[in-house]
Amino acid sequence: MKSKVVTREEALSRIHDGQTIMFGDWHGEFAADEIIDGMLEKGIKDIDAIAVSAGMADQGVGKLIKDHRVKSLITTHIGLNPIAKDQMFAGELAIEFSPQGTFAERIRCGGAGLGGCLTPTGLGTEVEEGKQKLTIDGKEYLLELPLRADVALIKATKADTAGNISFRMNSRATNSTMAMAADTVIVEVEEIVEVGELGPEEIDVPAPVIDMIYERTGEKRPMCPMWQRAKAKAEGGQ
Amino acid sequence: MAGLTGRKLIASRCAKFFKDGDFVNLGIGVPLMCVNYLPEGVDLWLEAEIGTVGSGPTPSWDKADIDVIDAGGQPASVIKGGSVYDHEMSFAFIRGGHIDAAVLGTLQVDQEGNIANWTIPGKMVPGMGGAMDLCAGVKKIIVATDHCEKSGKSKILKKCTLPLTGVHCVTDIVTERCYFEVTKDGLVLRELAEGYSVEDILACTEADVIVPDEIGVMS
Repeated sequence: MKSKVVTREEALSRIHDGQTIMFGDWHGEFAADEIIDGMLEKGIKDIDAIAVSAGMADQGVGKLIKDHRVKSLITTHIGLNPIAKDQMFAGELAIEFSPQGTFAERIRCGGAGLGGCLTPTGLGTEVEEGKQKLTIDGKEYLLELPLRADVALIKATKADTAGNISFRMNSRATNSTMAMAADTVIVEVEEIVEVGELGPEEIDVPAPVIDMIYERTGEKRPMCPMWQRAKAKAEGGQ
Repeated sequence: MAGLTGRKLIASRCAKFFKDGDFVNLGIGVPLMCVNYLPEGVDLWLEAEIGTVGSGPTPSWDKADIDVIDAGGQPASVIKGGSVYDHEMSFAFIRGGHIDAAVLGTLQVDQEGNIANWTIPGKMVPGMGGAMDLCAGVKKIIVATDHCEKSGKSKILKKCTLPLTGVHCVTDIVTERCYFEVTKDGLVLRELAEGYSVEDILACTEADVIVPDEIGVMS
């Protein structure tokens, strides 16, 4: 089996200015941190980003937003990254809000070859503006269109060299859905194991849909900055 | 639970809606405080939007697991028998009608059961996150809110003026002053908090209020 293990430079060689990029994460936790740092170093810009939130200013896609590398963002929530709001009000960052379940289904559609999904979510709100409505069995739905990207940046717990990936606990977050919905799927992992070490039931996304596996060289399981701050505050007795 | 006031009273009253084994989503803040006031013999499956069924108490820092978080990204735990899922499944539970009840905070709510809690145009744009899916897919939407804004303006209106999160979806409104049931005819004043009269509620509520013959005491 051909190995899909790459260096960070090889992974970054597939990421270019102006691409649409999906960032698997949750408020910047469970993100491909080392590859994102590499994008900052390499100067990648004009990104059309798709991420469940704007992260935080020092976590996940939020770091790229803070450095003005992102020109548009399709997301569900920006409340933890005030910089995204400031850039939106200044006209520097175009933000499309999608309800979270709709966001998940649009990506699923993109990865599953579906032309869209019909959902009741957002009916009667601003979300329905400009969208087709269909009535099925007497019930009204919004037609929500699929999302796909040039590149998906995924963080998984483990991978084998063939490209099978596995997630611990909540870390699958949006990562497993996005791994299906991009032309190039790059996965940053904590640990690479030999083929066969991950059993069939442990594999969350199978090797054929994954293009590249990159193993972290820095700290494998760093505590995110938000937690570091909260922990310091708690231990400071405040 | 006599003597409770303010947000504790709101959480205590909301907790009385739940039956043993209910699958519920509680928003961050006052809604999540409901778990402290569950009636004896009532255990819940708490859904966390990150993809947990059976979300448990916040762990101490020495027990925190970086792969177990709540909807806001903070440390969380999973109870015995709990399970974890991806984002799609998490919202299929919500939108697919599998969740029995959700408790939401709000900016405004109105007598038609509409709720507005995701943006104040030009000022505050956090985004709707999962709130619109909850409004669309959960059978019982309980709004837990202060009765009035800090300025004293009623949050319970004839018609919401802010962009809506959900339409005709709110079933119950619990404030520190009273409990309203949302019916097709409008808001029915079911219970009063100790120290409040019907006149007090009518004076601080912009919405039309239906006052039935019997009104209970909120606890």
